[in-house]
Amino acid sequence: MTGNTPKPQPVPQPESDRYWEGLKNEEIWLQRSVATGKFQFYPRALAIEDADGNREIEWVQATGNAELFTFAIAHIAPHPGFAGDVPYITALVKLEEDVIVPTNIVGIDPEPENLQIGMQLKPVFKHHERGHTLLMFTPA
Amino acid sequence: MPNIQKLKNLSGKAHIVGVGESNKLGKVPEKSPLAHHSEAAVNALDDAGLQLSDVDALFTAGWSTLDVAEYLGIHPRYTDSTSVGGASFVIHVAHALAAIAAGYCEVALITHGQSGRSDRAPIPRNPGAPASQYETPYGIIGPPISYAMAARRYMHEYGEDRTRQAMAEIAVSTRKWANLNPMAYFYDKTTSFDDYHDSRWVAWPFHLLDCCLVTDAGAAIVITTPERARDAKNGSVTILGAGEGHDHSMISQMPDLTRAFGRNTGPQAIEMAGVSHSDLDLAMIYDSFTYTVLVTLENLGFCGPGEGPDFVASQRTAPGGDFPLNTNGGGLSYTHPGMYGIFTVVEAARQLRGQAGDRQLDKCDLALAHGTGGLLSSTGTVVLGAE
Repeated sequence: MTGNTPKPQPVPQPESDRYWEGLKNEEIWLQRSVATGKFQFYPRALAIEDADGNREIEWVQATGNAELFTFAIAHIAPHPGFAGDVPYITALVKLEEDVIVPTNIVGIDPEPENLQIGMQLKPVFKHHERGHTLLMFTPA
Repeated sequence: MPNIQKLKNLSGKAHIVGVGESNKLGKVPEKSPLAHHSEAAVNALDDAGLQLSDVDALFTAGWSTLDVAEYLGIHPRYTDSTSVGGASFVIHVAHALAAIAAGYCEVALITHGQSGRSDRAPIPRNPGAPASQYETPYGIIGPPISYAMAARRYMHEYGEDRTRQAMAEIAVSTRKWANLNPMAYFYDKTTSFDDYHDSRWVAWPFHLLDCCLVTDAGAAIVITTPERARDAKNGSVTILGAGEGHDHSMISQMPDLTRAFGRNTGPQAIEMAGVSHSDLDLAMIYDSFTYTVLVTLENLGFCGPGEGPDFVASQRTAPGGDFPLNTNGGGLSYTHPGMYGIFTVVEAARQLRGQAGDRQLDKCDLALAHGTGGLLSSTGTVVLGAE
């Protein structure tokens, strides 16, 4: 494994174009239910929480404030595109808007003692040469 | 919501009359997944004293029933390709019960076959699925990483050291059962607590010995009416209770990383069967990872949330212990081709019929088999009874 295989890139769908376009501008745009105010991740064509059948959604820019919800440290690459990255940190983070986002924690050594569940995080926008931007996090 | 009173009327309306594996499990590069399907089908039908020509209903996952039926040369009158990961085949048992009771069919065949080890014809991923957007680009790919993140959350909620000890207990006890099963990949290889703790990291907090095998294997189950079950060559097993469902696909969408859907399917299956947890002589619980077993014991109601580490302490689930668990050696040490769920039912049927060889339990009248599919996504539970 040389790490030369490209990483899989996201395949945006019409309802998620705004999310991916936002990341390119280093902005996090989330959907929320107009009726209940509850945020949802990932973007969908309808609100998964409704009030009286109202499933209308609106887009709101998130603050980027987040905390670590859980993590793992990958020691075996699950895809050849990640062969040069192991060990790397995968994580689920909870945004201030109360949604869970799958991501990577970067900027620290991938050792369990460097990661505490509940630790405060801030976003890192990883611009990829093929045009998309990934949303990662680092300790705040 | 399931109508438990109607379900109770369904209890016992179909019997498992045959089970079988493909001829060789483990490293089998010379055989295709469909070859495993077909070998297992013939073996299970032979166990039942039936022929492929008797089959009028086909159930499978990972493949379409179109392909499997064509390969076997059968023309089913009832068809079910429900494919929700490794739990699918346990769910098929419930679907076969309902289909037979309703009169759609009389001889149901459930088949499985995968070359997980030799990677022949792997199941393709859907590039339009949300995981392809939100998890895959971050290297959140495949079960070990996803289940490891769930396990880390469990450690946070209930204590890292006692969770680690519980995972080690499960790895060691399951291997002891495999050492009694000649079909097990690790039949000849024992393991110790030191071996567990010394094994390399796959996805921290998972050691290698927290993770299931990756093998080539197939299995099949034959189910029929209570009337035809009386002619079964090697005895039959009654399907008493069942439950199925799912609550997410991606791990990042799981509502609670320490509570999988077995919280619903376990109690439903047990209530439908009209029994209680303490009546069960055997639990066959899908062990993709040690953590899967730990959390599932809690979800099914064998113990409360966070009590799993105490429940499995001191090798209680090993041979000779008072809670026999995964007596075939499990996905951890017997076989795991990718979607292992069918093997939980195969072993439960063998134990209930008294055909489990050196690992046969002294008393086995009631067994629970439980499959987990995807990324702790789907579950299927059945309660089976000896005739």
